Amino acid sequence: MKFSESWVREWVNPAISSDELAEQITMAGLEVDGVEGVAGEFTGVVVGEVVECGQHPDADKLRVTKVNVGGDELLDIVCGAANCRQGLKVMVATVGAVLPGNFKIKKAKLRGQPSMGMLCAEAELGMAEESDGIMELPADAPIGMDIREYLKLDDKTIEVDLTPNRSDCLGIAGLAREIGVLNNCEVTEPSWDSAKATISDKVDVVLEAPAACPRYLARVIKGVDATVQSPLWLVEKLRRCGVRSVDPVVDVTQYVLLEFGHPMHAFDLDKIDGGIVVRMAKPEEKLTLLDGNEATLRDDTLVIADHNKALAMAGIFGGLDSGVTAQSKDILLESAFFAPLAIAGKARSYGLHTDASHRYERGVDFELQHKAMERATALLLDIVGGEAGPVVEAVSQADLPALAPITLRKAKLESRIGISFDNAQVEEILTRLGLTVAAIEGGWTATVPSYRFDLAIEEDLIEEVARVFGYNNIPNVAPTASLVMNRHPEADITEDELKDTLVKRGYQEAITYSFVDPKVQKILFPEANDLILPHPISADMSAMRVSLLPGLLQTLKYNQNRQQNRVRLFELGLRFLPESDTQVVQNKMLGGVIAGSRFDEHWSEGAGAVDFYDVKGDVEALLANFGGLEPFRFVADAHPALHPGQAAAIYRGDTIVGHVGALHPSAIKSLGIKGKVFAFELLIEALGEKLIPKAVPVSKFPANRRDFAFVVDHAVASSDVIDLVKKVGGNQVVNVNLFDMYQGEGVVEGKKSLAISITVQDLERTLEDKEISVLTDNVITAVTSEFNATLRE
Amino acid sequence: MLNLDALVAEALAAVDGAQQVTALDEVRVNFLGKKGRLTEQLKSLGKLSPEERPAAGQAINQAKQQVQQAITERMTALQQAELNAKLASETIDVSLPGRRMPEAGLHPVSRTINRIKTYFGELGFEVKQGPEVEDSFHNFDALNIPEHHPARADHDTFYFNPELVLRTQTSGVQIRTMENEQPPLRIISPGRVYRNDYDQTHTPMFHQVEGLMVDEKVSFTELKGILHDFLQNFFEKDLTIRFRPSYFPFTEPSAEVDVLGENGWLEVLGCGMVHPNVLRSVGVDPEKYSGFAFGMGVERLTMLRYGVNDLRAFFENDLRFLKQFN
Repeated sequence: MKFSESWVREWVNPAISSDELAEQITMAGLEVDGVEGVAGEFTGVVVGEVVECGQHPDADKLRVTKVNVGGDELLDIVCGAANCRQGLKVMVATVGAVLPGNFKIKKAKLRGQPSMGMLCAEAELGMAEESDGIMELPADAPIGMDIREYLKLDDKTIEVDLTPNRSDCLGIAGLAREIGVLNNCEVTEPSWDSAKATISDKVDVVLEAPAACPRYLARVIKGVDATVQSPLWLVEKLRRCGVRSVDPVVDVTQYVLLEFGHPMHAFDLDKIDGGIVVRMAKPEEKLTLLDGNEATLRDDTLVIADHNKALAMAGIFGGLDSGVTAQSKDILLESAFFAPLAIAGKARSYGLHTDASHRYERGVDFELQHKAMERATALLLDIVGGEAGPVVEAVSQADLPALAPITLRKAKLESRIGISFDNAQVEEILTRLGLTVAAIEGGWTATVPSYRFDLAIEEDLIEEVARVFGYNNIPNVAPTASLVMNRHPEADITEDELKDTLVKRGYQEAITYSFVDPKVQKILFPEANDLILPHPISADMSAMRVSLLPGLLQTLKYNQNRQQNRVRLFELGLRFLPESDTQVVQNKMLGGVIAGSRFDEHWSEGAGAVDFYDVKGDVEALLANFGGLEPFRFVADAHPALHPGQAAAIYRGDTIVGHVGALHPSAIKSLGIKGKVFAFELLIEALGEKLIPKAVPVSKFPANRRDFAFVVDHAVASSDVIDLVKKVGGNQVVNVNLFDMYQGEGVVEGKKSLAISITVQDLERTLEDKEISVLTDNVITAVTSEFNATLRE
Repeated sequence: MLNLDALVAEALAAVDGAQQVTALDEVRVNFLGKKGRLTEQLKSLGKLSPEERPAAGQAINQAKQQVQQAITERMTALQQAELNAKLASETIDVSLPGRRMPEAGLHPVSRTINRIKTYFGELGFEVKQGPEVEDSFHNFDALNIPEHHPARADHDTFYFNPELVLRTQTSGVQIRTMENEQPPLRIISPGRVYRNDYDQTHTPMFHQVEGLMVDEKVSFTELKGILHDFLQNFFEKDLTIRFRPSYFPFTEPSAEVDVLGENGWLEVLGCGMVHPNVLRSVGVDPEKYSGFAFGMGVERLTMLRYGVNDLRAFFENDLRFLKQFN
């Protein structure tokens, strides 16, 4: 909320500067977002009167005027404003004046006519964004008076960002009360003479939904003149609170809203059939709102209706047809209390947000309706004239909020805050806040005033005491707790260990959005049933990712487009697989992509491009964190985003824990990526636990190595051969290693030669050649028969 | 025996003349080998009388020793010279870069989260995580933000449907933890959160670290103490810090914490004493236990710590940006 500092100071005027005031209320929880002057910096502008106003001889759009600023002579001033006319009181920047932007006013000639100053518009003095013509001052403005003094422009607009619990401060009155509390000084409410009812006209009010509207006040005012201008003081006060003047009736309701935080509404009495009925809307009931849009109402929406139709959306927005216009003669003024729960969320559900709905959904003082009605009536009679009828009140006492006394225990206060308080200090703070405090055994009971309906429980009072006492007056103390160790199972792998492995292998961590472009996701996962955001930031951020690959590949492309050709990226984060409207499986994934050369360009190493075995090596390094690669297998397997001949599923036991492979060339093309890309993605929860070492004795006897070269079909997986060798070899084979793979001259096309070494060793004795031969023969027989292999000489 | 002296002189001259180990070896063979010329002298001893033999033998042996010593010395010198030459020829440019897989680094957001985990981990705060697609109960209701509460509207929530949202805060992890564990509790929960807002100072996804401590007699002074300690530790500076009253539905009293930067106060986190309704909603007795909770914006802390100016840089993942944190 924006407010005028000088308006608040009419109520309460502590001896502190604007900056100190802003700091003080910020530190009390009313955060100041900005402090701005209500006008630009300027000097030398005074009130003047246009004594003569004639056409410029050589310019159609200019006028030559003589202006009285109270000096010895009238000033010749050329003015371009269409509303410049004889007799008008205006703002005159005299020669020597300095306007905002350090614009100096000098003697000038405009198209040959002398000009000794400038007649000003609001915008030229920093009082408006734009102006239509020069500002018209009231006829009684004293000629020659400095404008800053006349308009009291040495005022500030202070914007506070109020938290939802402090709707009591959504008005000058509430802010003044708060400032009074903080400075311990008197708050003086302006006084006015309440209007007497001089006519007996009234309308009946029926509360059909008393829980939603427990109190409704209505008052007829007849014979108003809604064509008059709002007085300058009113327009200026509204302006300084960020509200634009509309017409005198609306301006008065806005004034009361700003002054007391209480929304008001005025109807054109002629448009009301019968009386007022406050009821829930009928399903599909139509109402054309003040902005001209037609709303189709739901039956959870409270309306103000007459005997035939809805007139307004209660507490949110008025209706167009029943609104006050310049032609209105008789009006009906509304001052109502609507229950916050009846209004909360409703404006938003219709795409609306108004000053009224903002206040009603946070809460309005439920005892303020009469005062607001009296204030608005008095102002209206003053400005638009007319005669007021009696105030009609419909009230459902049972539905009004009840303010139960709150108990505050001193022990609880002190244990929550952590310091001790004097009884007198607590009582003083609560009393200053407007509460009625009574001491009881071990504490107090306090009754809150109706405007502090946000205070309902003991913690609310603890907070108020701490807040007024000052958070910064509360010491910092190190917490105490029992020293209990957290569990750190040895078999657990931390995410940090996995991330560090990749970082050490040159992978840069990326963090990409969890929502991706559905088109990109479709390219990679055509079958994916992805979770779509109904209201995304943009269409290309609308699908929840089913894999980390879309984001990583987009990041790869982003960097390739910025001349980064060697790219190694990884990300750790959730994927989202919807199961139903309420169930979404969210798995933590670890994914990576690599492209470009294997190493940075280096003086001794070739700039070879990465291939499948680079990314596989990185995955193996990750899996090695689990106590070795033993539990894992890589099996050729199709994956929608990967090259069909260069893709593997990674298994632990029978569970697929991830995939690794070359990105499918069609995907590379569709995504606009350059060169080959290799990728992996692991499902972290499936990776399992780290193996805990179990020590075995080391053999003291010599080991023997035997080498074989088996020629097998290209399609045979080397890992199957190795597995078989291990199986046949038994316990005495302590190591099996594939040390070469050869295709080419000497090996039949379609075949490959696998060079395998086995190391044999026994725990108890030295193996004899004869035993080793038996073992190697068994291996050869098994491999040749199982894989149709031949032994290469 | 004149010829013996001449022979020694000849041998010594040959030793001096040998320029390589191999040439020197030839000299050795030539004079001291089995058929070497000095060795041959010993064979001539037989021609001498028994009286002459000892003296002549001794003279020959002395001559051999003299030559042998010269050869040994010369050999050592030549070997040293050859080694020196070999070493000189093997000299490399040690300033050339080594062979390695260049290491990369963690994302700056992870770097900050890790630092936060370290500080709180030492005080026994355990890391907990929760789902990012969250039900509205855990994101709102259990945190004392009922439907239509104005605070809900302030969250710019991404809804999938009224029951399912992208979490707007990590505070839901408090609830999930307290549903399963009884106090005393000390947890932190780093993670992604989402708000439907995108401009210079907002990204629709960002990171928070939530903290929660629940025990008997946890107080506001302790909340102030731990956060003060943390901020001094994180920024490694004696910062000016202020606790400003604020409002969160799930804490009371609530505060926002600002640090004084070069251009004024900067909000870095929100905190407060856990609201009794929150404790009750998870079956913790607010008369017996109290707690504090805090939530900090990781990007904001990272920006302040390292001088990052544009929030959006965190999610563009430009390698030239990311590598600055390696």
